[in-house]
Amino acid sequence: MAYAIEMLHITKDFPGIRANDDITLQVEENTVHALLGENGAGKSTLMSILFGLYQPTSGVIKVNGKEVKVTDPNVANDLGIGMVHQHFKLIECFTVTENIILGMEPKTGFRTVDMKKARNKVIELSKKYGLQVDPDAKISDITVGMQQRVEILKMLYRNANILIFDEPTAVLTPQEITELMSIMKNLVKEGKTILLITHKLKEIKAAAQKCTVLRKGKCVGTIDVASTSEEQMAEMMVGRVVSFMVDRPEAKPKEVCLDIEKLNVKGSKGTLAVKDFSLKVRAGEIVGLAGIDGNGQTELAYALTGMTKVDSGTVKFSGTDVTNASIMQHYRHDMCHVPEDRHKHGLILDFLLKENYVVHSYTDSPFAKNGVIQTKAIDEYAARLSEEYDVRSGEGINTITRSMSGGNQQKAIIAREFDRNSKVMIVVQPTRGLDVGAIELVRKKIVEQRDKGAAVLLISLELDEIMNLSDRIAVIHNGTLSGLVMNKNVTENEIGLMMSGGLSKFDEEACV
Amino acid sequence: MTRKHSALTISIIAVIMGVLIGCLILAVTGRNPLNIFVALIRSLTGFSINRPDRGINLMYPLNWLLSSMPIILTGLSVAFAYRTGLFNIGGEGQFIAGCIACSFVALMVDLPPVVHTLACIVAAALAGAIWAFLPGFLKAYRNINEVVICVMLNYTALYFNDWFTRTFFPIDTFTLARTIDYPESVSLGNLGFGTASQFNWGFVIVLICVAVFWFVMEKTTFGYSLRATGFNSEGSRYAGMKNRRNTVLSMMIAGAFTGIAGAIVLIGNYGYGRIFTSFDNFGFDGISVALVGGSNALGVLASGLLFGLMAASETQFQILGIPSEISDLIQAAIIIFVAIQYGVSLVLDLISNNIMKKKVKEAA
Repeated sequence: MAYAIEMLHITKDFPGIRANDDITLQVEENTVHALLGENGAGKSTLMSILFGLYQPTSGVIKVNGKEVKVTDPNVANDLGIGMVHQHFKLIECFTVTENIILGMEPKTGFRTVDMKKARNKVIELSKKYGLQVDPDAKISDITVGMQQRVEILKMLYRNANILIFDEPTAVLTPQEITELMSIMKNLVKEGKTILLITHKLKEIKAAAQKCTVLRKGKCVGTIDVASTSEEQMAEMMVGRVVSFMVDRPEAKPKEVCLDIEKLNVKGSKGTLAVKDFSLKVRAGEIVGLAGIDGNGQTELAYALTGMTKVDSGTVKFSGTDVTNASIMQHYRHDMCHVPEDRHKHGLILDFLLKENYVVHSYTDSPFAKNGVIQTKAIDEYAARLSEEYDVRSGEGINTITRSMSGGNQQKAIIAREFDRNSKVMIVVQPTRGLDVGAIELVRKKIVEQRDKGAAVLLISLELDEIMNLSDRIAVIHNGTLSGLVMNKNVTENEIGLMMSGGLSKFDEEACV
Repeated sequence: MTRKHSALTISIIAVIMGVLIGCLILAVTGRNPLNIFVALIRSLTGFSINRPDRGINLMYPLNWLLSSMPIILTGLSVAFAYRTGLFNIGGEGQFIAGCIACSFVALMVDLPPVVHTLACIVAAALAGAIWAFLPGFLKAYRNINEVVICVMLNYTALYFNDWFTRTFFPIDTFTLARTIDYPESVSLGNLGFGTASQFNWGFVIVLICVAVFWFVMEKTTFGYSLRATGFNSEGSRYAGMKNRRNTVLSMMIAGAFTGIAGAIVLIGNYGYGRIFTSFDNFGFDGISVALVGGSNALGVLASGLLFGLMAASETQFQILGIPSEISDLIQAAIIIFVAIQYGVSLVLDLISNNIMKKKVKEAA
């Protein structure tokens, strides 16, 4: 079988660090080849070399059997290599067609853009590869899943034969992930080669034939996916046995700490996104809120944390009414909030890491004295948090947060929120975009907080995570509570039905 | 990959390029470009390269510092708002508001020396802050663009000053275009060291303002929350910071800096209340100063001194047969180079990459 890409004995040194150490990656034509590794294992560096963003210190790159020198990204484009980035590079106010043709517009006789031809070409490509898009819709109006399809079409429009997907599922809903998997299979059937960069083992199992595993800049090996179990792959990636199941002793719930009563919240469109929602979370238990994306979880989390106004109903923290109190008041009443959108809310990206660790507490002793920031106290605190939560960053606590990897940014938020040991914890999508090792750490910390007596409301789109961590499971469908059950008495299938509104089930034991 | 070059490098390159472009244009139009440097050195040190026998005339460097004073303050003003994510283009209005308050205290209140001067400056700061309150308030609570309100208030201040001054202040009977002179108790003294320069103690006030800016912005919890709001207002809202209050306060503090500039110019350079027929442009100049200074305290001080040097050199240019517009031209070129800083750092990357490659080759 011929290789589409061969990267042979690639080594790349940066000042003080060897990012890639003698890595060999061979991708067969017409296959999906996965590249697996934790954050910082060297995946991005290797891909940047393939793309011509970096030059390797030593090693050879071959494309379709011919040795090539990729001096800059344009060379990679000419070689038919295209990349679908994790964070889409689309212009929001342009239409789908305009985004796809941008930079390679078909021209009319008068040197103006031939939109008709462009549109037809987009429709033709989307039909051929089964990538459903609306060519005239604006990017800002379409779903994330469709935006990703636009990114893929952009590459196909440029005649890319080798497609690199960089963490493509990080931003997708479970349904969109399934769809993407079938799209990838389709592309391979049409003669394309796919290199899938990921740390999600399930997806590798579902889509890839071969998988190369990197760890700490070195190549651990290339395996046949069909004959390797997820556990084995995880072990190769992390270097030790990983447990997906968190050790979670029986909960001993105590008094009610979070009391939501008949809550109604309006969404961005002005209609009710959360309707008559009631739920109690007690100290020392984790309640998981399952639901399909867009069923009111975001609005509920905003309302509970004071970020939006509540239409009617009440929210009480340990008996104190905090309905429509300021965000600061919520924190004062012992709440922590791991927000869904870490870039928009969770972090001030242009701040240093250490500054981000104190965004809630910068006015408190010992971080401030008479209104003056105490740098030394903050430094010490930040160093401890980074250490305890394994937050890795290039220049330690003085790293600009924007330059950190997504996984480490998320760990920094977790560290900051969990370290306050709050009584009420609103945790939204805590492990989105994290690698296996980090997921294990975060999940363990959540259980640890529960055992310290926190009332945890875990809102997650990953059913695995809900099933894994929750003592009780609440399900939200279309803004209303469609089920409340004990984790031990329910199957994944039943939860799925409740999520889609096909079943409503309330355990007597679960309804406190 | 684009490496981030420090704001300092970019600014220095912009300045060098700006001066070079000035030289180029002189050369093309058949004048001696070296005269730019003769003029700049004269303004900077008081030493004339063409007439070394004359020695050093302190008046020139003192005038340079004098002309830098107001634009350092307006630069601080624009920079302070900018760090909170606001664009303070209302400097002209705040400046005039400061002037009105200064004249009011100077002419209508009787106080002992020093105290009287300080009272004038404090009043001007307050007036600048009040003038900046409205755009800040409307931005924070009604989400109305502060630029529009600021620009409207600039003209409001211009004409309000005309009416207010003519109605309430004693007008100089000879010119009818200004108030009578300030009493002797209002003075910033003279630090001319025997020269004809009007340089004065106002410079110390400017330096104090620079220090206050630095301390508040970089060292206090208030500055921390302002910076957070400026970088990511949604993120700072999530953290429980009082974004709206911060927006209003930041605008007001910015206005205070500009108000002080008004008082210092009136007391130090004029000694009477003015009836403005047009803007002095100190407020607008502050935008360039803040931009080139990277919106931090020391940067603004340095770029204020630089733009002050350009302004102070205009007469020197003319003496040497260079049109004084060359000063504006150089300033404009500097701003353009700072504005296209991504392009500048791209070129820097290319250069450093080439050097790296050569080194690698030599090593091999």
